[in-house]
Amino acid sequence: MDRKLTSNSLKQTFDRRSFAVGSIQGGIGLLLAARMGYIAVAENEKYEMEAESNRVNLTLIPPRRGWILDRNGSPLASNRADFRVDIIPERLEDPDATVEVLGDLLNFTDLEKADLRDRLEDSAGFAAVPVANGLDYEKFAAVSVRIPELPGVIPQRGYSRFYPTGPSVGHLIGYVGAPSREEYDEDQQPLLLTPGFKLGKDGIEKQFEQRLRGAPGARRVEVTASGRIVRDLETRDDTQGDPVQLTIDGPLQDYAARRLGLESGSVVVMDCLTGDLLCMASMPSFDPNSFSDGIGRLEYSMLRENERVPLRNKVLQGLYPPGSTVKPTVGMALLGQGIDPDETVFCGGGLRVGNRVFRCWNRRGHGQTNLAKAIYQSCDVYFYSMSQRIGMPPIASTCRHYGMQQQFDLPVLNQFYGTVPDPEWKQEKYGREWQAFDTVNATIGQGYMLASPLQLAVMASRLATANVVTPRLVLDGRQPQFEEMGLSQEYKTYVRQAMSDVVNGPGTAGRARLPIEEIKMAGKTGTAQVVGLNLSDGKSGPWQYRDHGLFIFFAPFDNPRYAGAVVIEHGGGSGAAYPVARDVMTFLFDPQKGLDALHALEAQWGGTAQQRLDAQYQSYATAAGVDLPPAPPPITLAQQVDAEARAATQDPDQPDDRVFTPRGEANPRSEETTT
Amino acid sequence: MRGEISLPAPIAEFPWRVVIPLTLLVGFGAAVLDSAAGGSFSPYADSHLIRFAVFLVMALVMSYFPEDWARMAAIPGYVAILLLLVAVEAVGQLGGGSQRWLELGFMRLQPSELMKPGIVLILAAFFHSLPVGMIGSWRALLVPAGLIAAPMGLVLLQPDLGTSLAIAFGGIVVMFLAGIPQKWFIGGGIAGVLAAPLAYFFVLKPYQQQRVLTFLDPASDPQGSGYHIIQSKIAIGSGGITGKGFGEGSQSQLDYLPEPHTDFVFATMAEEWGLIGGLFVLLVFGIVLRWGLITAREGTTRFSRLLAGGMTATIFFYVSVNLMMVMGLAPVVGIPLPFMSHGGSSMMTNMICVGALMMVERWNRHSTSSGF
Repeated sequence: MDRKLTSNSLKQTFDRRSFAVGSIQGGIGLLLAARMGYIAVAENEKYEMEAESNRVNLTLIPPRRGWILDRNGSPLASNRADFRVDIIPERLEDPDATVEVLGDLLNFTDLEKADLRDRLEDSAGFAAVPVANGLDYEKFAAVSVRIPELPGVIPQRGYSRFYPTGPSVGHLIGYVGAPSREEYDEDQQPLLLTPGFKLGKDGIEKQFEQRLRGAPGARRVEVTASGRIVRDLETRDDTQGDPVQLTIDGPLQDYAARRLGLESGSVVVMDCLTGDLLCMASMPSFDPNSFSDGIGRLEYSMLRENERVPLRNKVLQGLYPPGSTVKPTVGMALLGQGIDPDETVFCGGGLRVGNRVFRCWNRRGHGQTNLAKAIYQSCDVYFYSMSQRIGMPPIASTCRHYGMQQQFDLPVLNQFYGTVPDPEWKQEKYGREWQAFDTVNATIGQGYMLASPLQLAVMASRLATANVVTPRLVLDGRQPQFEEMGLSQEYKTYVRQAMSDVVNGPGTAGRARLPIEEIKMAGKTGTAQVVGLNLSDGKSGPWQYRDHGLFIFFAPFDNPRYAGAVVIEHGGGSGAAYPVARDVMTFLFDPQKGLDALHALEAQWGGTAQQRLDAQYQSYATAAGVDLPPAPPPITLAQQVDAEARAATQDPDQPDDRVFTPRGEANPRSEETTT
Repeated sequence: MRGEISLPAPIAEFPWRVVIPLTLLVGFGAAVLDSAAGGSFSPYADSHLIRFAVFLVMALVMSYFPEDWARMAAIPGYVAILLLLVAVEAVGQLGGGSQRWLELGFMRLQPSELMKPGIVLILAAFFHSLPVGMIGSWRALLVPAGLIAAPMGLVLLQPDLGTSLAIAFGGIVVMFLAGIPQKWFIGGGIAGVLAAPLAYFFVLKPYQQQRVLTFLDPASDPQGSGYHIIQSKIAIGSGGITGKGFGEGSQSQLDYLPEPHTDFVFATMAEEWGLIGGLFVLLVFGIVLRWGLITAREGTTRFSRLLAGGMTATIFFYVSVNLMMVMGLAPVVGIPLPFMSHGGSSMMTNMICVGALMMVERWNRHSTSSGF
């Protein structure tokens, strides 16, 4: 560079450098233009999509749930139109006047109006503020016609789940509720986050969740960055879920549940020809309608404190010693081992086995007893004696063949399968030899033997038809074909007659006779001892020490169509069970007669199951303080109920070598057989 | 090209070449601001136009100042602005918090804005008075460096990184144009590269560091500081070639775009007017800046050349940094777009620059015409 600086050379430098500066500026200008062209043209599609996903917000409309129908197509679970009114505060023109008009239309008290005003003041402005829900149509319509003068007020209709027979179907159908965090984690759909969406939490509702759910509708709205809705773009209607039709006979289910009345127990009725489960009632129960809005802590505490465990489905999760109801099945085992049914055993009121004496429930003895008499008089000594001859293994396998210790292919969450003990089982479980007295206990359905009411009903239908009847719960239009049990026609008739004589002959359940001339019911009573004689006589004293009452039955006895089982927990003996079975079967053949009997009873009990539950809730609510623990979420609740049911029905920790003294088979038909 | 000879002198001498494009740009800016306010002329568009009118009159008045006045005003102006910066700092300290403006009652004066043309003026005057032979001396480097460093330091204390960089940029461009040896720029460039990491870790505040990080990877914090850049690019990109139409920009109308009327006004414009609108804005800035540089090159004195060059560079700095920012090429530094963004201070600064350029243009014309 020129060492001699002059003002002229500086001018040249300036010219050169200003040209450079200008070039750089122009270059940056071109760069910016190119950059903008790249963003706006080459990447236009990408950014257009992002702008669109900013702008448009998709709101899901919860789908209407599919109905759950009974076998005749009447709903066991339906959807009730739920009318609600909301306010979008920022669209209000005159909040105070609007609250006044709305409050008058909806019969609000001054207090409620004040509450509403507070909620409006506290709201974010664009988020809807609920005014009322569960409105009847009249009020909803009254608000709807005033809409033109009430800007910002939005009457909407949604749907809520409705169980017309409430507690009668609680255990069977289950209930619905808002998805929990765990459920969302498992199934991450936006639908599960949609307000108002509910899914099945228990029973059929949970088993058929996917089928019942349906497809959500959608509303596309334009929103601002802060989430305010600017306008509706388009709306797609929801698709209702598919219905599920059960084999359950709705009225019968309701009748059975109501007939159980104050007792804690279960009733199962099956169609012998198809295996259709017509009724699976378990009481006491809960009202699934009130569970749908979330389980209140008051209601939860009430159910929780009840010793009759209203939350447990006793049909599937109750296990009971079958007592004498197992005798016809043991009889089948004897016949299967070639024992002549006419061969008699002398019953003198007891039998010595080894060094112990086993008593018959009838201390005076039954005299000469054949199989038929042993069934209808429930003679224990006959079975003690005969079972010694054939041993336990054939008895155990026959019991299993007749449905005990079986799990059935049913859409239920949980079925307990109980216990049919045999030498192998005892060896494995307790490391002890099978003893003669174990067989003795097992033949009268005591000791280790445990069965669920469902299994007992299956047993009844298999005894009735001599077919391997399998229960089913969902009606699919198919007519199932069952294998035969391999019982001769002669023996089939023999057992049917013997079981009919229990009710209609000189048997133990004379009062179970149906009040219908041409139809005779057959059955077998059972009384399951819960504690030893030293604690209770089984009939009185503390409730939880009383004997379970059981009854298995089928009708008509000579051409069986329906079969079932009734178990009354701590009912004090079979006398508590068979009247229920009688009335349920009466209702099945002659509804009016059955209802008359029920109405008389309900008058004594203080209303229907629903009315009593409501009354119980009222009195509990009055008595309870505010200091109640909150209800656990449904999943936890289900696990808790299940765990408790398991604990309650577990096999004893120690081998049980008690001598069971069979209790008097409660209510023989005629006075002279009473002890 | 210079206007028709037959026109009367005041009309012929009126700086049409800059006032017409600027008016178009400000008018367009007002339209965009109208849309950014949700289709409302107030509060942005109306005040934008009023400010432009007021400051345009100021600039035209300025353009009649003789060169002597400008040169004499340089030192007192610089000192006054420096005192104001100190005053801002003092008021801020007393008030317990950082502050960038002085409340004058009728307006909020931001002295750091005044310093942008101020630094150009003082350096132009300095180099004008510097004997020609001393341009290679240390004095030619250190005095300007000190003149730049003092206000920069005060502005950094506020803290306002964007404005202090603008001051430095204007000053350095004047030094460059003044002809100080190239090796110092090369050396300074190397020193800058070395100092950048140190500055990043020891000078920048955490939020400024965050902005730099976010600029490098906007997706790292899409809800936080990356949000601005992402939404701005969405707005520009979704506009396409022809835009979504006036008042139809969903990004700005539905509040997704932050600062739609100030720093990100270009994105608001691009969404609704598309690439065509963007090219129009670039073209107008190109015309204005080219006019500024031509004015500088035609300057008859060293002072006028450097003054015009520096003023052009100051406007250019605003435009380029703002546009690079909204297009995701620079970190978010809070520099508005001249003549389009809503805001009194930036309008004032830029109109002072324009006024200074018009003033130089008038000096040029008068010296050449006197030469006839």
